[in-house]
Amino acid sequence: MRGEFRALSRRRGGKVGEVVAALLVRLAAGVGLVSLVLLLAVVARDGIDRLSWDFLTSFPSRFADKAGIRSALLGSIWVVSLTALISLPVGIAAAVYLEEFAPRNRFTRLLEANINNLAGVPSIIYGLLGLALFVRAMELGRSILAGALTLSLLVLPTVIATAREGLRTVPPHIREAALALGATRWQAVWHQVLPPALAPMMTGVILALSRAMGETAPLITIGALLFVPFDPKGPFDSFTVLPIQIFNWVSRPQPGFHEAAAAGIIVLLGALLCLNALAVGIRMWAERRRHW
Amino acid sequence: MVLKGRWHKAAAALLGMALLVGGISCAQEEAAEGTPQSQIRGQIVIDGSSTVFPLSEAVADEFDKRYPGVKVLVGISGTGGGFKKFCQGETDISDASRPITEKEIEACKQKGIEFIELPVAFDALSVVVHPQNNWVTCITVEELRKMWEPAAQGVITRWNQVRPDWPDRPLRLYGAGTDSGTFDYFTEAIMGKEDASRGDYTASEDDNVLVQGVAGDVNSLGYFGLAYYLANKDRLKVLAIDGGQGCVEPSFETVNNGRYKPLSRPLFIYVNAEAAKRPEVQAFVRFYLANIGTLAPDVGYVPLPNKAYELAMLRWEQGKTGTLFHGVEPGLRVEDVLQREQ
Repeated sequence: MRGEFRALSRRRGGKVGEVVAALLVRLAAGVGLVSLVLLLAVVARDGIDRLSWDFLTSFPSRFADKAGIRSALLGSIWVVSLTALISLPVGIAAAVYLEEFAPRNRFTRLLEANINNLAGVPSIIYGLLGLALFVRAMELGRSILAGALTLSLLVLPTVIATAREGLRTVPPHIREAALALGATRWQAVWHQVLPPALAPMMTGVILALSRAMGETAPLITIGALLFVPFDPKGPFDSFTVLPIQIFNWVSRPQPGFHEAAAAGIIVLLGALLCLNALAVGIRMWAERRRHW
Repeated sequence: MVLKGRWHKAAAALLGMALLVGGISCAQEEAAEGTPQSQIRGQIVIDGSSTVFPLSEAVADEFDKRYPGVKVLVGISGTGGGFKKFCQGETDISDASRPITEKEIEACKQKGIEFIELPVAFDALSVVVHPQNNWVTCITVEELRKMWEPAAQGVITRWNQVRPDWPDRPLRLYGAGTDSGTFDYFTEAIMGKEDASRGDYTASEDDNVLVQGVAGDVNSLGYFGLAYYLANKDRLKVLAIDGGQGCVEPSFETVNNGRYKPLSRPLFIYVNAEAAKRPEVQAFVRFYLANIGTLAPDVGYVPLPNKAYELAMLRWEQGKTGTLFHGVEPGLRVEDVLQREQ
């Protein structure tokens, strides 16, 4: 790509437009990188001294230097894991239906348009839905499960869209070959299409889960708490999550809490990086398994 | 179902991860610290104002050490959001940075929920300028109104328009965003009408942003919570307020004795009267009223006068439901309001 681009610019060399365009695209690529590096630098400067094993294993406190993120970290892990367990099977199944089984008619198009639109709905709306449906109607209360179900709804459109992208990377002749050899449609999907589609699916799915990990508004709406002085032990326990804890510390007047917030951000970023590494790992592993 | 093919392991691994988390958190269970004083067990759910949160967190934190069998949970869904949950019977105690409103009382009544209203500490607003501002040390409520009222929008833009002997410099204002309780409280106290304010000023819901703004602008004037001034004393200059009885600078003392007016207000907890019958709630509320006076300064809040805590405790022990503070004009002493029913 880069070589072609260079060759092209040499051929039309001298044109100001080319130089400006090349500069602009580099600048655009740089903006994201520079702002991320700046954010990391500022956060690391403020928070790195505060980071310790005690910080990870202590409960929150009114004293900034004793406050820890134990309940928030465990809450986040619980909620995101449950969200993955709920949204992955449902999302992938929905994608398989839409890609492999659904007839091309008006109903399917309506369904697709709806799912795409849901991806653009503000997260607080999902919070209100979760409050009415899961917390009150289903009487799950302000539990981890209610939070995970709400976040599952939030990430489902993204999971479905990326899972469909993944399924589309499997060439049609694989399906046709399986059907020609007498496999049923389900057998073709289960044994031939899903395994190689898993790798490209994973990137998007984990990105969706990363978003779930960073959400605050819908969880506050459904009744996630902030001060939770014990470890969550099951899906029906009350909980808090990292972004809520960070948000609260940032808004406190005492500078000590701002340091704690910065340390919390480092932990949250670390957790997100772990999730992304997991996605890359799964993708590489699954790509090696692909036999075409 | 038999899992065929190795890729299924990926799904199994994900499932395993989730189960592992549960296992880890169980394994990490430790004996509670501190000396248990009581065998009381139970759970208390508190939600509401994020302004009151640091107070309830401090009390819950200390209470946890004395009563390890009682789990106290505190959330931050805002005073209004907190009352919505409280009046649905979903919480035991509601944190509130203002008295309950007519509408909220009605909502509670419909669900048959009665409450006990208890003031717990003071919150004060500070009006601040840049430390290099040498022309103002004290400002009257009328002058603040002249600066901030809706009619000032686009009109009052220079310092000398407010008081003629102030310099002819641009006046740049920093204040609370319209979603914040600080905004409601400032407009009510200064303009006499909630939410009446000019709109052309730098607004933020985050007081730390306002601190940055005022500290970086010589021509600025801003208002935010007293705790934010106290944490940034070296970068800001606080103004004394003249509410009609001379200039009073905000401090723990002047807020506590009621001389700093009208920019100080009481903060409240509302206890569900039904929940108040539970032994763990009784222990917690008594602990709250007995200790908040010493815990409040730790988190930057001003305690009420001791007399007010005594009257609040009396109110609690007598189980008096309903509101005393709804509709009370700003500036009245907390202990005088509490005294009314005795």
